[in-house]
Amino acid sequence: MITIEKYVRAQSLEEAWTLNQNKRNRIIGGMLWLRLGKGSVNTVIDLCDLDLNTIEENDEQFSIGAMVTLRDLELHEGLNSYTHGAVKNAVKDIVGVQLRNMATVGGSIWGRFGFSDVLTVFLGLDTYVELYQGGIVPLRTFASMKKDTDILVRLIVKKTPAKIVYTSMRNQRTDFPVIACAVSQIGGKYRASIGARPARAMVIRDEVGLLSGGITAESAKAFAEFVAEKAPTEDNARGSAAYRSHLIKVLTQRAALELGGI
Amino acid sequence: MEIKLNLNGKVVVGHAEADAVLLDFLREKGCLSVKRGCDTSNCGLCTVLMDGKPILSCSTLAVRADGHEIYTLEGLQKEAADFLGFIADQGADQCGFCNPGFVMNTIALLRETPDPTDDEIRAYLAGNLCRCSGYDGQLRGIRSFLDSRKG
Repeated sequence: MITIEKYVRAQSLEEAWTLNQNKRNRIIGGMLWLRLGKGSVNTVIDLCDLDLNTIEENDEQFSIGAMVTLRDLELHEGLNSYTHGAVKNAVKDIVGVQLRNMATVGGSIWGRFGFSDVLTVFLGLDTYVELYQGGIVPLRTFASMKKDTDILVRLIVKKTPAKIVYTSMRNQRTDFPVIACAVSQIGGKYRASIGARPARAMVIRDEVGLLSGGITAESAKAFAEFVAEKAPTEDNARGSAAYRSHLIKVLTQRAALELGGI
Repeated sequence: MEIKLNLNGKVVVGHAEADAVLLDFLREKGCLSVKRGCDTSNCGLCTVLMDGKPILSCSTLAVRADGHEIYTLEGLQKEAADFLGFIADQGADQCGFCNPGFVMNTIALLRETPDPTDDEIRAYLAGNLCRCSGYDGQLRGIRSFLDSRKG
């Protein structure tokens, strides 16, 4: 467990950012993963006083503050209506209600964890992150960036016409996923996002148009094989690389078929 | 640092180190129903209500509770008593270690969803682990309590 010398509730993003430039300081989200780490932290910086715990919706987008909890995502009617329940599906099996009342969107996305359902599902949508210094960048770009001392302020999900299906495979219901998978159609183009490889989630676009003629049993199978070929996998205690690659085929095919109403 | 919170309906002031967790603060204040289980945010044993929502006190910094309302089982005994007998009738308490967490989360469930389906009960209590019962006893107990309310 980490040790902490000082706790500060930042009163502005500027104060939080300034404190965060010291490498011995840390911004905290739900602090569930950070707490299990080792070492010592000088100052933990809490963003809880900065009104970042709401989901704002307008005609164009959802703006999701960094301190919104996974439970807030699960219960938000607008977000789940837009995603046909995909966001709820992505978070509903993450441990339990208590943990989801604590874990934050900011912590989940900033961590870019190799087991993340949250990163996987939002990569399946037209999503951007707002960084305090770095401005607005596509989530896909952010997912592959190195961690630095900037602050993730909010997540922005554009209401681009989209359909998305989310699914995952777990050895036990509330465990980390062995593979997480979202298949979506955004602005007429198909993509799959694959997480828990167990590296950071990644996006694989249907560059060769396997689904462009419509989703059928054959095209879904071809797309699933294409995705499995493009997504590198590794071994860990939950499953081997070969098992994961097999799961990618199965889950991508199922999700594509569901997306196509088959 | 000094923190001030509303604990079980009473204002409490105390000192907490920056890395002290809420669980230890609450036990120091006499709330011994709050117990340490896995200490890794997985078992639900340390569940308390913060501003009405169930959270894991083993993984919450005590300083984060400053200015908030916390309820433990000590402050909700009457509400718990309504359904505890039904769970005991099913033999679901067995060793009893996980009970406080189950009871606290069941209170949160019934406040949020007064008439849950069996699947909603299972989903809401999925974050509470029990190594004795196999969970069916708790489900039967809660179902029995809900049925009794309908007359």
